[in-house]
Amino acid sequence: MEKEYSGVLVFAEQKKGSIHKVSYELLGKARELAEKLNVLVYSALLGPNGIDAKELIYRGADKVFYVEDDIFNVPEETIYKTNLESLIKKVKPEICLIGATSLGRSLAPRVAASLETGLTADCTGLEIDEDGKLIQIRPAFSENILAHIKSDTYPQMSTVRYKEFNENKRDENRKGDIVKVDAVKPEHELVKVIKELKSQEINISDASVVVAAGKGLKKAEDMAMIKELADLLSGVVGASREIVDEGFISKDFQVGYSGNRVKPKLYIACGISGAPQHLAGMKESDFIVAINTDPSAPIFNVSDYGIVDDMYKVIPDLINKIKQGSLEAVSC
Amino acid sequence: MNIVVLIKQVPDMVKVKFDREKGVVDRKSAGEEINPFDLNALETAVQISEKINAKVTVVSMGPPSASKALRECIARGANEGILISDVKFGGSDTKATSFILASAIKKIGSCDLVIAGEKTVDGDTGQVGPEVAEFLNVPHASYVSKITDVNDDKIEVYSEIWEGTYLKSIKLPALITVTKDINEPRLPSFKNKMKARKAEIQTLKFEDLKEYTDADKVGFKGSPTKVKKIEVPKIQKRQGKIYREADTAKAEDELINIFRKKKILEA
Repeated sequence: MEKEYSGVLVFAEQKKGSIHKVSYELLGKARELAEKLNVLVYSALLGPNGIDAKELIYRGADKVFYVEDDIFNVPEETIYKTNLESLIKKVKPEICLIGATSLGRSLAPRVAASLETGLTADCTGLEIDEDGKLIQIRPAFSENILAHIKSDTYPQMSTVRYKEFNENKRDENRKGDIVKVDAVKPEHELVKVIKELKSQEINISDASVVVAAGKGLKKAEDMAMIKELADLLSGVVGASREIVDEGFISKDFQVGYSGNRVKPKLYIACGISGAPQHLAGMKESDFIVAINTDPSAPIFNVSDYGIVDDMYKVIPDLINKIKQGSLEAVSC
Repeated sequence: MNIVVLIKQVPDMVKVKFDREKGVVDRKSAGEEINPFDLNALETAVQISEKINAKVTVVSMGPPSASKALRECIARGANEGILISDVKFGGSDTKATSFILASAIKKIGSCDLVIAGEKTVDGDTGQVGPEVAEFLNVPHASYVSKITDVNDDKIEVYSEIWEGTYLKSIKLPALITVTKDINEPRLPSFKNKMKARKAEIQTLKFEDLKEYTDADKVGFKGSPTKVKKIEVPKIQKRQGKIYREADTAKAEDELINIFRKKKILEA
């Protein structure tokens, strides 16, 4: 007997026509799960006219459902919900993955509730058990425990953290179908998105190097020194909540539980003591360097490399040494 | 206007202890407090009630002891507290919880605006707000950092979503979830503390909600997601090399070498 629900569906998030990279990470994971289950990978693309949906096939989808309409040019969750819900009812996937971005975390619960199915938030691991069911692994209680969660209902839905899985490699030889779907439009306009006031300057979660400053930074102008080091390392600057609250830098750069979670190759914490709120946003980084005058600062407990000294000495030193080093390299 | 604020009692996450051997949370190790984001939700409601004529009702699902949190909300400016408490509701996941909360809001009746925090610090899912909106069949806006206008028909907000800030106008009834940036929650006032002490906290049980819910949709039975196993993550081993002041110069040189090895800097 054929299963009523089959396949793994990935919600491909886009903003103004460009696809969010978390979608490619989800497609990679979806392929892995689908191969174990011997089923297809679907992708749901809700977006404006003119997106090259083939990209999702190159990244691992077997079939892309493209709901092509300009109503998706604004983040209006009820419209997204209505369309994603109707697509899921048609496709009937056994698993549905949505990126745990701000839109994903706002949209997925609405879709799950309307389908009366379970939803697990912010997964960091996904596996298939011996019964072919999805095991959803998520950190809980300030990441002190990992919970393994299963859902009794279909589709088994999860939101998945950005930067948790690797992007699936692009393969232009991959074949698949693109199915255009008509958008379901709302009868009444309940939410009017008047305008975008501000676009996030940067998504620091994308960066492979983050040089972050904390309370040790005395004034806003000194961010220039942090920025210079970040630039030399082809990275971006980050900040602890304290200096964002001080107004030294915008919230887009805040690292921590209520800011951005980052997982770069290199994280340099300058004058950051390491409050639990901050650690929750960066402790998964590959290599952590801490510079702080206080040897008992908790940041040293999560660091690979610590320098107990003044950041106002160490950072200019590092900047000079890197510059000198590159000069030497050129003169050789 | 009638405003319902959803709140949850949570352990103090800074003090709470974990038994790493057993992988369980020792809830007794930390006192209960109101989820910090929910205080911002309450403050949002109280500020609206100061601008336009509005009644603020705080609703929480939890054990009978959660009435303490509801009293604290009255001390912080709410008009009324309602506790949803029944053993039948035990073991509810986010879907069942949202369904019960939505049923209670329907029971309370004529609610124009529901306000919730963006997430709780213990569960950290952020799912209950949008799920309640869906069960109530009303629109919602998440991550609201500012309210620019509100009247009996609509609310205009800044929503921090989609890697940007969007100005949205939402027809009421509706639900919003708020961030910590929206305001600075006030402390309980002396006058309101007195009021809170005397306030009667109404309790809604399963029986009270039965026209809006059924036994299959609440508690453990009504919860599709089940925790099958708890695992204590391995603490990532760090080299933990520490250099003191005298060795700073050496440490800097070593670091630059590490950056080169990691191909962050050109060799």
